[in-house]
Amino acid sequence: MTWTFLIDALVTVIGITTPILLAASGELVVEKSGVINLGIEGMMLVGAITGFAVAFEFSNPWIGIGAAALAGVATSMIFAVLVLSLGTNQVATGLALTIFGIGLSSLIGTNYTGFAALPFDPPFPDALAQHPIWRVIFGHSVFVYFAFFLVFAIGWFLSSTRAGLVLRAVGENDFSAHSIGYPVVAIRYAAIAFGGAIAGIAGANFSMVITPMWAEQMTAGRGWIALALVVFAGWRAGRLLAGAYFFGVLMTLELYAKASGYAIMPSQFWAAMPYLIAVAVLAFISSRDGRSGKEPACLGKPFIPNG
Amino acid sequence: MRLVLEKRLEQSQLMLIMTPILSVVGVMIIGVILFDALGFDGFDAVWQLFITPVIDSYKWRDVATKAAPLILIGLGLSIGNRAKIWNIGAEGQYIVGALAAAGIAVLTKDLTGFWIIPLMLLGGMAGGAAYAAVPAGLKTRYGVSEVLSSLMLVYVSLQLLSYLITGPWKDPNGMNFPQTAQLTDAQLLPRELGDTGLPPGLLFALVAMIIFAVIVDRTVFGFSIRAIGEAPQAARFGGFKSNQIVWSALMISGAMAGLAGTLEVMQLTRLNLGFPSGYGFTAIIVSLLGRSHPIGVFIAGIVLAVTYVGGQVAQTVVHVPNATAGLFQALILFAILASDIFVRYKMKIKTNKTEVQS
Amino acid sequence: MTNFSRRDVMKAVAAASALPLLGQSASAADPLKIGFIFLGPVGDYGWTWAHNKGRLELEKALGDKVKTTYVENVKEDASAIPILRDLARQGNKLIFATSFGYMDQVLEVAKEFPDVKFEHCTGFKRAPNVATYNSRFHEGRAVTGTIAGHMSKSGVIGYLGSFKIPEVVMGVNAFTLAAQAVNPKIQTKLVMIDTWFDPAKETAATQTLANLGCDVIATHTDSPAPLQFCQQKGIYGFGQGADMSKFAPKAHLTAIEDIWGPHYIARAKAMLDGSWKSEDFWEGIKEGDVVISPYNPIVPKNVQEAANKIIDGYKNGTYDVFKGPIFDQNGAEKVPAGKVMSLGELATIDWYVKGIQSA
Repeated sequence: MTWTFLIDALVTVIGITTPILLAASGELVVEKSGVINLGIEGMMLVGAITGFAVAFEFSNPWIGIGAAALAGVATSMIFAVLVLSLGTNQVATGLALTIFGIGLSSLIGTNYTGFAALPFDPPFPDALAQHPIWRVIFGHSVFVYFAFFLVFAIGWFLSSTRAGLVLRAVGENDFSAHSIGYPVVAIRYAAIAFGGAIAGIAGANFSMVITPMWAEQMTAGRGWIALALVVFAGWRAGRLLAGAYFFGVLMTLELYAKASGYAIMPSQFWAAMPYLIAVAVLAFISSRDGRSGKEPACLGKPFIPNG
Repeated sequence: MRLVLEKRLEQSQLMLIMTPILSVVGVMIIGVILFDALGFDGFDAVWQLFITPVIDSYKWRDVATKAAPLILIGLGLSIGNRAKIWNIGAEGQYIVGALAAAGIAVLTKDLTGFWIIPLMLLGGMAGGAAYAAVPAGLKTRYGVSEVLSSLMLVYVSLQLLSYLITGPWKDPNGMNFPQTAQLTDAQLLPRELGDTGLPPGLLFALVAMIIFAVIVDRTVFGFSIRAIGEAPQAARFGGFKSNQIVWSALMISGAMAGLAGTLEVMQLTRLNLGFPSGYGFTAIIVSLLGRSHPIGVFIAGIVLAVTYVGGQVAQTVVHVPNATAGLFQALILFAILASDIFVRYKMKIKTNKTEVQS
Repeated sequence: MTNFSRRDVMKAVAAASALPLLGQSASAADPLKIGFIFLGPVGDYGWTWAHNKGRLELEKALGDKVKTTYVENVKEDASAIPILRDLARQGNKLIFATSFGYMDQVLEVAKEFPDVKFEHCTGFKRAPNVATYNSRFHEGRAVTGTIAGHMSKSGVIGYLGSFKIPEVVMGVNAFTLAAQAVNPKIQTKLVMIDTWFDPAKETAATQTLANLGCDVIATHTDSPAPLQFCQQKGIYGFGQGADMSKFAPKAHLTAIEDIWGPHYIARAKAMLDGSWKSEDFWEGIKEGDVVISPYNPIVPKNVQEAANKIIDGYKNGTYDVFKGPIFDQNGAEKVPAGKVMSLGELATIDWYVKGIQSA
């Protein structure tokens, strides 16, 4: 097993993992604030087509990413207004958002199918990015670095800043937070907008780097995996990173096994594994005493202050 | 000055009925404008989407076929909704129920007899209930949220489906395509009930609606469900055990989902990879739109089925792209979900000095 | 009492407004109405895109004599039945169902509309008014396999498949046999990704194949994603279903194009002159249903000639990639020397030839 082999395999793992890690990171923040947004898939697709289309029209990938983030925010705001200001059921609204996102992205995308995106090179100079060894660190797309940065930033934010503490308080006990004087609804709006922006960026990862083109429903269900990942991670950023890479390694291993002629278990078993493990993790963390690593207590419950 | 929502003392009955109607009308108007802007004949498009499925008697069959599984699953979910138990994974139970029925079909493929169909139906219900027992057990034993556990299990069920139909249950005469053998005549319900052109699923849905209406309104069990949902402390004081409610609610919705799955297999006459149609998820919306009441769920199921069928009609007649129809459905859902608020809450404008009612 | 008369009124209103759904009776001057149901979106640049291209060619060739309609994203479940019925009721007299999963639905609706003709793509069940049609894609694989055999320096070529169904097995077998005719030691690594469309997974699978030593990779899945990776990596690939050179100009050696136009035109003409019969069509290079797109200039002249030789061989019937001796993965002789596999054997094939590494 040469270094090149390992590095190439690692590149595959990183490529598969990054969009899921991004989407899950955004959703983590949303859920920490007490809201469950099932519309990730829809927001990702809107971000994917927006990023692609804008980058294409303006010949500039950075504007594309920015547009994708904004599109994600805009889409998430539909959800936010319904759920926060009108008190609709979060599950139903999230599902409707997914349907909306699939439809909207397909509609915008009808004029963009069959086009290839601009190449989007890694942000480091070629000498490093193409170097046989150092490319493992410097040869990735900007999305990869952003994803790493983001998960650490979120972890730090949640555990070490006052704002993060307030966010968690809102998610654990919204009435108390409200009585202390924190603007619960505003905080949740911000969290949902953040989740939307990140989901949009995650979608753009697909259409701009992984497979530089647009095709309907190209995220192929990754949004749902991101949801599972947040559960799997016990709502902790560090575990999210580990969990995402665990998923990525599993998926990659499965491909290598198949290509080499081994089928130890049917492939469906591997595909089901992450979800089964997520359920097991849920059982484990919920049965322990203490609140660390459990779901935010207000997750999914609407907040309507009295008077 | 700000807008606040104030809970009404009782639900506005007027709004209960008006809001869905107003939402649909509102979205229809938006739709005419939207489609015109996109270059279609807006009025025609909206007509095909909403009106044709309702007034064209040929389309009633299609609406009924689509509505039946939504209503069945929705009825099951509405029990849980009232107890604030959210079975998001009904899709998984739908699939496992269908698999159970398909398994019985595989075992009985060379047999005949009147007992086969009832066995498949019961088997499907049992399969769905058993699959729902997992989140129920996890909740009662470990306190795991049923929202998350049942959702994860949906993906597990998809893999199980894939495994079984590409492996042990693959049709030996199917050219190696991932699908089960066709159900035999002894295993299929008739396509339509007599001359009506309506599918048997609709009959099941009607009967189920009546049964559920009786249970919810007139039995102690139904009362306990509502009590646990609305006043859990008082309910427990009154002797209703919440664990039992969790088990019952989840297993009932699982059984209904499994029943819907079984009926759908009989419609399709076999299982293939395209089987998971998302009814389990759409039924969540149906049960909420129907305000978790059996008659409401029935109507909501029909309404949603109309949008599906209307979307197909719009595609073939007006050549509206499939994506636009889907977008439209989402808008209707948003509108109905949003307007729901006015049933339970009143909008008030509050100033520091006086209160002005809107 | 009131209900009864209301129902009567409803029926009358229904009849009046249902006019768009009911077909007008056809007179000789009316164009022939032809319907299509598609599995995916016409913009997928893959399977459905190719069928739609065929539909457009049909319109162009027969002009006023035909009027086509299509419905896209039709799922392969019971919901296809009302869609097929609607197309029939709208007066479409010839309906093409472009995916295997519509088989039972087509047969069911065909029973209800005996004077409407249906054609089921890649199917195998027929009825008096249901024909089946397919393309001999594997002939195209023989061409790409030949090119791969020449162009591969590592002696390992890759194949990205979807499901282990006869069409895919035929494809990878043809690809491998043709490559082995050039380089008997060549090995094929095969990965089945259990889906027809998932660009990210296709890319990951391609990366895996490349990392395991493949330097020419063919795909049976729908998106151009694998080619894009090949271009990045500096290895070669082939387009699937359409000319995909604009996605990967350096890596794209050629493509197997699905050309459905000739079949659609021929069948529409058969309807117009009354000669339509239920039969099975399995056409290939000879009939123009499988076309090899222009070669990338990188492909050396001698390789292009070798590939053209295969194409010509199919055109004049002197070549068949499935000519024995052919051995399976365990070394057993499945086809004796000199014998050519029949189309029936190919249609049900479930074994891989020797040289294919796969589970």
